[in-house]
Amino acid sequence: MGTQMPLFPEQASTAASKVDTLFLFLLALTGSVAIGVTVMIVFYTIRYRRRDDSLQPPRIMGSLRLESLWSAIPLVIFLGIFIWGAKLYYSMASAPENALEIYVVGKQWMWKIQHPEGQREINELHVPMGRPVKLTLTSEDVIHDFFVPAFRTKVDVLPGRYVHTWFQATQPGEYHLFCAQYCGTNHAGMIGKIVVQTPSDYQAWLNSHAEGSLALQGRKLFLKFQCVTCHSADSQARAPVLGKLYGRQVHLQDGSSVVADDQYIRESILKPEARIVAGWQPIMPTFQGQVTEEDILQLLAFIKALEPGQTPERTEEATAPTKNSLTP
Amino acid sequence: MPVRDRGLWHHFDSLDHQADSNLLGMWVFLATELLVFGALFTGYSAYRWRYPAGFEAGSRHLNLLIGGVNTVVLLTSSLTMALAVRAASQGRQALLVRLLLATLFLGSAFLGLKAVEYRQDYLERLVPGLAFDRGAWQELHVNPNHVQLFLIFYYVMTGIHALHLTIGIGVLGILTLKASRGHFTPQYSAPVEMWGLYWHFVDIIWLFLLPLLYLVSTRTSFY
Amino acid sequence: MTTLTTPYRPQAKVTETTAENYLNVAYGVKSWLLTTDHKRIGLLYLMSVTVMFFVGGVAATLIRLNLLTPHGQLVTADTYNKLFSAHGIVMVFFFLVPVVPTVLGNFMLPLMIGARDLAFPRLNLASWYIYLVGAFLMLLVLFSGGVDTGWTFYTPFSSKASHTNVLPAVTAIVIAGFSSIFTGLNFVVTVHRLRAPGLTWFRLPLFVWSLYSTSIIMLLATPVLAMLFVLLAIERLWGVGIFDPALDGDPLLFQHLFWFYSHPAVYIMILPGMGIVSEILPCFSRKNIFGYQFIAFSSISIAVIGFLVWGHHMFVAGESVYAALVFSLLSYLVAVPSAIKVFNWTATLYKGSVSFQTPMLFALGFIGLFTIGGLTGLMLAALGLNIHVHDTYFIVAHFHFIMVGGMVMGYMAGLHYWWPKMTGKMYSEWWARLSALIIFVGFILTFMPQFILGYLGMPRRYHVYPAEFQVLNVLSTAGASILGVGYLLPFAYLIASLFGRTRSGPNPWAATGLEWQTPSPPPPQNFLVTPHVTCGPYEYALSSEGDHASS
Repeated sequence: MGTQMPLFPEQASTAASKVDTLFLFLLALTGSVAIGVTVMIVFYTIRYRRRDDSLQPPRIMGSLRLESLWSAIPLVIFLGIFIWGAKLYYSMASAPENALEIYVVGKQWMWKIQHPEGQREINELHVPMGRPVKLTLTSEDVIHDFFVPAFRTKVDVLPGRYVHTWFQATQPGEYHLFCAQYCGTNHAGMIGKIVVQTPSDYQAWLNSHAEGSLALQGRKLFLKFQCVTCHSADSQARAPVLGKLYGRQVHLQDGSSVVADDQYIRESILKPEARIVAGWQPIMPTFQGQVTEEDILQLLAFIKALEPGQTPERTEEATAPTKNSLTP
Repeated sequence: MPVRDRGLWHHFDSLDHQADSNLLGMWVFLATELLVFGALFTGYSAYRWRYPAGFEAGSRHLNLLIGGVNTVVLLTSSLTMALAVRAASQGRQALLVRLLLATLFLGSAFLGLKAVEYRQDYLERLVPGLAFDRGAWQELHVNPNHVQLFLIFYYVMTGIHALHLTIGIGVLGILTLKASRGHFTPQYSAPVEMWGLYWHFVDIIWLFLLPLLYLVSTRTSFY
Repeated sequence: MTTLTTPYRPQAKVTETTAENYLNVAYGVKSWLLTTDHKRIGLLYLMSVTVMFFVGGVAATLIRLNLLTPHGQLVTADTYNKLFSAHGIVMVFFFLVPVVPTVLGNFMLPLMIGARDLAFPRLNLASWYIYLVGAFLMLLVLFSGGVDTGWTFYTPFSSKASHTNVLPAVTAIVIAGFSSIFTGLNFVVTVHRLRAPGLTWFRLPLFVWSLYSTSIIMLLATPVLAMLFVLLAIERLWGVGIFDPALDGDPLLFQHLFWFYSHPAVYIMILPGMGIVSEILPCFSRKNIFGYQFIAFSSISIAVIGFLVWGHHMFVAGESVYAALVFSLLSYLVAVPSAIKVFNWTATLYKGSVSFQTPMLFALGFIGLFTIGGLTGLMLAALGLNIHVHDTYFIVAHFHFIMVGGMVMGYMAGLHYWWPKMTGKMYSEWWARLSALIIFVGFILTFMPQFILGYLGMPRRYHVYPAEFQVLNVLSTAGASILGVGYLLPFAYLIASLFGRTRSGPNPWAATGLEWQTPSPPPPQNFLVTPHVTCGPYEYALSSEGDHASS
């Protein structure tokens, strides 16, 4: 990010060069069409400029053949562009399996970021180079948009639901993070930076900012909010056991079923009466207003990592971390 | 310059030409109106598809008795309106006035009944934003947000329908006044025919609103 | 009653006398405020729409001045947000959407089809008053604190977070919307029922075709926006969540309904401009338009397909991948008719006898700028690329090329083409050509840098920005100052022409349209004798054996 004037944005992700290839191709294509049309217009207007008022131009009404031709050729070219753009979009839509998952919460006017191992950042995101990073994003208030020009990624961040985007950084360095969806007074100040580091630098950064894993923090909340009172593993349980719940098919009271994903678990915390699990009473109070979006993300991480038999005891203080894959 | 017919504007060739253009204008206007309700139907459908339970629960609390009676009232008014159009084209002045008055009365009756229903809804705390009991719905294990969405669409759709009816009643009032002064002749009856179209359109919209709002689910009672 | 036997042909017998015309038939304020003459109503619209254009223009000027430095030193962030909202709302809803239909359409449509007035003259006057109420309320909103939601009014920001005059603003827009609906209704019925004898559908001038397509969009899209804003108002007034996710509403539903209106609205803005260009090119190259039917049908197909592409405004908003694919594909389909038009216009020049009066200069400028706008639209519709440039200055530049480079250029072309017909006076050709040149150069300089800014990643609606974007922003502001001068010039020389002595005569361009076969300014009833049409609208090749009244 020098002070001199750039004319082309940096390429710092695997997607960037693919997007740029499409862009440059289209620039060449549309540029030549624009130049072609301009040259034709300039040529015709000069070549056929009015020299003599009495000169009568020929009566040309049109040409079905020509017009069909210049309807059909653009159509074919357009369809080609469509397919190229669509394939690119599709490849950018879903993250690879092994992606590092990072959570982002937008609010007027800042970005709050949580790493799986518990590190938190505001308006800054450290990521390792060469590894796919999947972001799960939500907003606490209005619609925001997470835009990293150097990665060519952008996604609207909506309140009340999770959206995803992903990237794989290719160049160490610092890159702009912009909010691209207008969100009020300080919209232009809702910016930050993405810090791409080599894997070893990233590890060093993680270690120096260790706060305990996200799942561990979720475990503390699980105890703090007394979730364990009902979601206990013992015979007095008044609510489903949550071990190995994540990603499973859950049968509901009304006969339908749902996959227990981020969205479902979030809804069950905020609006427990919405979708009741078959065989249980709708007794859970809502936690709307008591938990923040960040709390929910921590609880989510905890439930995701929870194996059968690991549900904390009701009397237990938050102590040792649960054994899970997210702990270093 | 030939003598021009009474009521004929300078830019039309004849009364027929003018009547024909007026009717086309009303048809075009009704196409616009279709999109007015179309937008609301779309919003309604999106949420009903997503929250069927809340919509069913909300619907069960509407007064089907009043809704049903109102349907009959409105359909009858369409009949009297159609007869009025025929009377106008036949030049039967007295009959025209009587039929217009009947239509006016039935339209007003609909609005009166609707007002009674709204008042009852208010007393039953079914008005989001003004009088709405979230707790009561929670006790029924229904998400109050979903009921609220249903009720909002209920009020907006029936409210805009009632607004159309009110405008229609106002216009009919003017037409009745003109008819009683012998304004309409078999040659010049286009305004009656034109507003007849409008009246039928408003009725037809109600025929969509009734099932969408009152008949969402099986019910055990009328109110 | 006598009829013309050789219509669509410049006519020698139109006498240039001091006869009664629509301007001198009555004087006094009342004769204007209560007029039902479409020509007078057209002038009333011209004045009110011009006022709104300057209000929007002042906002644009302040925006560009603020962006001269990266730190936004001219105005505060809140003021900046209100400025771009005011600019967008005023320009879209109170200038671009109404301007050509209500000013040029109102004035010319009956003249071009040989009618004595629009089908519903009183409704026409009513729609002007309705527009006036909406515009006045909007100005009141702007001068009593403004509104900071952007012209898009996205929820939940507009319903929950904004503390500005959202309710009065959407009310003003809904009111102005009714004016659009009534204008559209009037045009549709007029075209169907009031065409002169012999004027079949495929003899209609292409400007009439484009107004007809525009009217259909106005009629079918505007009510959706009105209802959407009713729902938004209810949500804001009573805090019930129609689009608020916290209350199980869906903010994307708002966006879907909003763009269901606002995308077709883009075609409301551009189609009439295309129609104007299709009138002017044949006239100034003395030829038939190339492929009349293709151009006519392309207007209709744009109007129809234009209703099905709204989702391309939401590629990054959270719509499903499959929805995005469908909307992207349809967006490419709607680009085909626009491409056809550009090629047909170019072909019209072939073997013509081209002259370069002001309307022609504006029309040629339109083709060039619209082509760039359209071609960048192809980039935006490519899904994978859209992600990067969405909500950046790339989009800003793209739609300004369409709406300002296209529509406003088209409007200027039409205004200069028909000004002599409307007023009976001719403006200074030298100044007018100069202003066409200044506007073209100023426009390119303003918006070309914004394409680069956008691809670099500068988001739109930013009050401050990183320092590396400054040079391009300064360039853009410099261009805008040139553009501003270009728009002020016509204001001066057009008004001056009213007091000048240069009479235009009935047909200064030796054009074939029916509107040129009656005196300038036209008599109150438009035509002294009812025209009778026997051939197509652009038979310049046939008129050689005829007699040119004024060339």
